[in-house]
Amino acid sequence: MASQDITPVGADSAKVSLLNDPRIRGYIYQAVVLAVIFGVGYWVVNNTIANLQRAHLASGFGFLDGRSGFDISSHPFTNYSSDSTYITALYVGFLNTLLVAVAGIITATFLGFIIGVGRLSHNWLIRKLCTVYVEVFRNIPPLLVIFFWYSGVLAILPQARQSIALPFSTYLNNRGFFFPVPVFGEGAWLAGVAFVVALIGTFFVRRWAYKRQMATGQQFPVLWTAAALIIGLPLLAFGLKGFPLTFDRPVLGAFNLSGGSLVGPEFMSLYLALSFYTASFIAEIVRSGIRGVGRGQSEAAHALGLRAGTTTRLVVVPQAMRIIIPPLSSQYLNLTKNSSLAVAVGYPDLFAVGGTILNQTGRSIEVVAIFIIVYLSLSVATSLFMNWFNAKMALVER
Amino acid sequence: MKNLVLKSVLGASALVLLATAAASAGTLDDVKKKGFVQCGVNTGLAGFAAPNDKGEWSGFDVDYCRAVAAAVFGDATKVKFTPLSAKDRLPALQSGEIDVLIRNTTWTLSRDTQGFDFPGVNYYDGQGFMINSKKLSGINSALQLSGASVCVQAGTTTELNLADYFKANKMQYNPVVFEKLEEVNAAYDAGRCDVYTTDQSGLYAIRLTLSAPDDHVVLPEIISKEPLGPVVRQGDSQWADVVRWTHFALLTAEELGITKANVEELTKSDSPEIKRVLGQEANTKLGTDLGLTNDWVVNIVKAVGNYGELFESNVGAGSKLKIARGINAQWSKGGLQYAMPIR
Repeated sequence: MASQDITPVGADSAKVSLLNDPRIRGYIYQAVVLAVIFGVGYWVVNNTIANLQRAHLASGFGFLDGRSGFDISSHPFTNYSSDSTYITALYVGFLNTLLVAVAGIITATFLGFIIGVGRLSHNWLIRKLCTVYVEVFRNIPPLLVIFFWYSGVLAILPQARQSIALPFSTYLNNRGFFFPVPVFGEGAWLAGVAFVVALIGTFFVRRWAYKRQMATGQQFPVLWTAAALIIGLPLLAFGLKGFPLTFDRPVLGAFNLSGGSLVGPEFMSLYLALSFYTASFIAEIVRSGIRGVGRGQSEAAHALGLRAGTTTRLVVVPQAMRIIIPPLSSQYLNLTKNSSLAVAVGYPDLFAVGGTILNQTGRSIEVVAIFIIVYLSLSVATSLFMNWFNAKMALVER
Repeated sequence: MKNLVLKSVLGASALVLLATAAASAGTLDDVKKKGFVQCGVNTGLAGFAAPNDKGEWSGFDVDYCRAVAAAVFGDATKVKFTPLSAKDRLPALQSGEIDVLIRNTTWTLSRDTQGFDFPGVNYYDGQGFMINSKKLSGINSALQLSGASVCVQAGTTTELNLADYFKANKMQYNPVVFEKLEEVNAAYDAGRCDVYTTDQSGLYAIRLTLSAPDDHVVLPEIISKEPLGPVVRQGDSQWADVVRWTHFALLTAEELGITKANVEELTKSDSPEIKRVLGQEANTKLGTDLGLTNDWVVNIVKAVGNYGELFESNVGAGSKLKIARGINAQWSKGGLQYAMPIR
């Protein structure tokens, strides 16, 4: 295509042809590749649209305003009913995806750190147990782990009438975990205010303590003070108002326990499976991170007179974090994307709800496009956050 | 403007859709060229579409697929089956993965206008409820189900009727939704929900597969009309005609008393009607106008029998399901099955 551009190398050989200039040549190659990519992309899009129109398929996103007509079992934070629109249904699915992803990420991180550190323990039993955990969960497909929890553990819990009664009016049966919901009476707002005040107070105490240590070398028990503030202050405020709190407890109805709130086995199995599965990878990342910090670092810290705990907190972990964070981001992305396996146990995540909408409306293109955009944005948002966190933890060179 | 938004979005999802290009008009020619009918069926619903103990697909809907193959090729074995979940069935037809969908699919206006055509109704059904009568002994009506957990398959009209019924009767319920029929069955059998809802024919079929079939009863209420039938892509009336008239041929054969056993013999019949239907009239063009051969009805009936035979052997008295003909009887016997005249 660019044949006209080729100019024969003339007798004037002192001047090198533009074509033989590696820089220019590089530009030309890149331009050609870019043009080909755009060309193919344009052809694919055009061809698709033409075919869709011929099959009477594509007609935009207008259908999202229609009445959904179906119910969704779990719709936290929203007032969803069968009268809501398709877009609301998708939003409910999105929230459910987000809920299980965030809860899974938090649990997997805690579990992964504990097990990763456990694998480095001096205690033989702990070390071996953690190794077995990692090897078992990392070598099983996540779908199987989900089924293990759903069919193997949660489905064999007793029926509603034989619910296992647990402390604090909570119950466990094959319909899920039922727990009482606190109903705040009049004046409960004061406790909320007290909580915020305690948080702000903690922030200032911490700053003051740091400054004082820098100036005088004296330490201040920040942790205990913070705990006392954050727990004590709201409790005090609550007491002043005479504890305006009642509980909506679950009671046995005709079919099931009613009242209170419940976490269904679908959410539980997905959440547990994703956490346990991802934790095994995180454990390995943590182990490699800690191993990656040179032995000399802790030896130097010991030589300076730091105790073992302080050495870990101030010397080893900050350096290990720099190794841990980048692969950790990938695990978070994996967990979020794996949450679409929810469809196997009937948890109404974005993928499951979107699939139902796809079936009811026949708008496969639009729904798949929404899937792609949402999962892509979720992943990009997680990546951006983790990059920011990584930059914050990175070695600051002065 | 809308188109522009769509265009930019499609850039991302276009690759998924390349398969769509394969779908085109002229399905009959395509089918003849490749030598078999690709038929979408249920993943496993006893009596309608399920692999039998020899590993062959069998059932009412499966036999309809065979009838279409017999009409096109004169050979009922020239058919391949694609088991599809409720959610995947319509996209599979849209994308051209299958030629015809015969998978107890309800004929609705929205489906009819979204790129599909329903050539006929091969089974008139209605949605019902099944409960475990041993566990819930006091319940004998669907109106007592407030507060129950209900197992239902995702992406079905059943799911929508369920929401409407409970709303109209001001009852609460908790939907437990699965994509695959097997998953719904397993969840109901394990006691994850109190109630199973789907088409009544399906409930009877599923009851047989539960661990203790006798503990379960189907409640009397029918809450919806579920006309189930084959589905083809819109915009290909020739192929729709082949499927439609295969259905009518099965019904007509029953009306005229043409069975699998006597069809060969009846080709020599003197009755002008039977002669016409079986393509024995002189210079007949009925079959060729349809794009088939003139003995297409003979081929269908010889391969699978007539509508009544299909019904009895798969879901009726001759099967484990023992479903009564009911509204699926011939119009002349008080039912709704009515074939347009073959002439």
